[in-house]
Amino acid sequence: MGGVRQAQGDLRLEEVTKTFGDFVAVDDLSLEVPRGSFFALLGPSGCGKTTTLRMIAGLEQPSAGRVLIGDTDLTGSRAYERPVNTVFQSYALFPHLTVRDNVSFGPKRRKAKDAAKLAEDALELVQMTGFATRKPTQLSGGQQQRVALARALVNHPEVLLLDEPLGALDLKLRREMQVELKRIQTEVGLTFIHVTHDQEEAMTMADTVAVMNKGRIEQLGAPADLYDLPRTRFVAHFLGQANTGVGTIEGTDGDLLVADVLGTKVGISKSRSQVHEGDLLFGVRPEKVKVSRAKPDGVGNDVRGVVRDVSFLGVATSYLVDMPSGTTWSCYEQNLDVDPIDLRPGDEVWLTWNPGHAFGVAADGSDES
Amino acid sequence: MTAVTAAVTEEAPPQAPPPEATKRSWTAYLLLLPGVLWLGVFFILPLVQLAAVSLQSRFPGFPGYYYPDLNFANYVAALTDYAPHFARSFLYAGLATLLAFALAYPLAYALAFKAGRWRNLMLICVIAPFFTSFILRTFAWSQILADEGWVVRTLDFFQLVPGGSIINTPIAVVAGLTYNFLPFMVLPIYASLERADPRVIEAGGDLYANGFTTFRTVTLPMSMPGVLAGTLLTFIPAAGDFVNMELLGPQRGKMVGNVINDQFLAVPGGYPIAAALSFTLMAAILVLVFLYVRRFGTEQLV
Repeated sequence: MGGVRQAQGDLRLEEVTKTFGDFVAVDDLSLEVPRGSFFALLGPSGCGKTTTLRMIAGLEQPSAGRVLIGDTDLTGSRAYERPVNTVFQSYALFPHLTVRDNVSFGPKRRKAKDAAKLAEDALELVQMTGFATRKPTQLSGGQQQRVALARALVNHPEVLLLDEPLGALDLKLRREMQVELKRIQTEVGLTFIHVTHDQEEAMTMADTVAVMNKGRIEQLGAPADLYDLPRTRFVAHFLGQANTGVGTIEGTDGDLLVADVLGTKVGISKSRSQVHEGDLLFGVRPEKVKVSRAKPDGVGNDVRGVVRDVSFLGVATSYLVDMPSGTTWSCYEQNLDVDPIDLRPGDEVWLTWNPGHAFGVAADGSDES
Repeated sequence: MTAVTAAVTEEAPPQAPPPEATKRSWTAYLLLLPGVLWLGVFFILPLVQLAAVSLQSRFPGFPGYYYPDLNFANYVAALTDYAPHFARSFLYAGLATLLAFALAYPLAYALAFKAGRWRNLMLICVIAPFFTSFILRTFAWSQILADEGWVVRTLDFFQLVPGGSIINTPIAVVAGLTYNFLPFMVLPIYASLERADPRVIEAGGDLYANGFTTFRTVTLPMSMPGVLAGTLLTFIPAAGDFVNMELLGPQRGKMVGNVINDQFLAVPGGYPIAAALSFTLMAAILVLVFLYVRRFGTEQLV
């Protein structure tokens, strides 16, 4: 039996591919996660994110490519040899052991002398000290989740993997655990890799988000960058809402590309478009669009539309506006004033936005799967 | 921290049962009635009668006739005259249980985790023996283990059968018991392994336990309810069995089941002794099972 491999540093995946029969789950994926960062793998179910995670854990072996931590090549090594621990989706606590024995399981296997003390400390970190003698079945979902976290953290792994850890919790508890996870990650300073299909969860917690689709990474970056400037059609639609339309680029106007989108002329900053000729998918986020009764006189793009629906949300008001092209746009206006909203369905309004806030991506390409 | 209080106080407070619950409970008793009647007439009454018979005394001079009494000498006789039979019963049943466990666990493990699309076929093979009679299958074993059979000949060729014969020895009895009760061991173990979350077993590997350690510390403890059920379902009937001894065993050195059978059916005036033996066997098994469950019981793990 080999002991646990010593490895320190950034996690790297090099040209990793995983196939199950004819199905390519992960397709030539390369990735570098700096040590100590909170990294999220975001994507719809079946996009290969969990398979990627399992290859890092050693629970699956890649069909091709390498998995490294620092300069240590871990490809081919077994799960129990890797300085990596996992918080499983269904927690996977040992049902026959108490909370304390669950948490001290890892340290005992590594022959740590102070396994009991380590377990106490880990339970304190997740604020579960009072539950040490209970069995997992006597805990609620949120409590089990904390124990699963303690059981992994107690080993001080070089990389901690979280497989949809909050998926089974209700909304309120999920919000609280998001804050908790972020606090714990800052406190222990370990590399966290968080797999989720919940874009809000990924964006609130992670320093870096990789959006995955069909076994590949579509785009990788800070949450704000991904949101403000999606580079593919899939990312534009998967992250948040976007008002989009397919159009054709007709020319340039200074720093702007001018495109005809379903009969409306729009401008996009050249630097914010992935394509500079031919067809493109034009998009603008709902909160970047301003709704007004009077025709605006700014330099922005403006389009005339008819209000279809008004929803008052408290901090903001959401409008659905029918556009002349036949599509419906969604717009958020922050409620900075206390004046009553005077727009009603059927009213004619002007929509305007800063061309520097719009984006353009390739019109063809994969959409939400 | 708010997160903790939220997590702790998550359970809802217990509620008083709605009024219609009391009305509904009558339905539950009604549904229980047929079962209770059945057990009362066909289990409790005969048991009481057996207890009464076990304390009867013989009419002197009239073999086969008894009168009601509180004759505990029947129990003394049962325990002193037939102690070796009890010992043999428990020894053979214990050996058969151990052998069945050793054979069944790998089989159940393969069924649960490795069988894939062959699983249903394998399960049918495990259950298939039930389609023929227990007696017939045991008769078949007397053919399999016969001196001229290929099993004994092959073993004999390698000088592995000291007496040149397996049939009519305790070995044949233990083999028969093991064979006959194997499915009762396989199925409960399979059921508890099949129910185990594969992620929990993976978690063992993730937490630095190699394959063997994961089996020892995770898989085996998680399957203990099945092991417990399987060993009881094998040991209890095997300890009271007389068919295997009758068909495969030696002429002398019988098990307690055979003695009870003989006392009831072959020995004139043997009823009280047979009844006392039955009760003693039942009590002994109950004590053994109680100690066993106390030692290995896992009532928190279902």
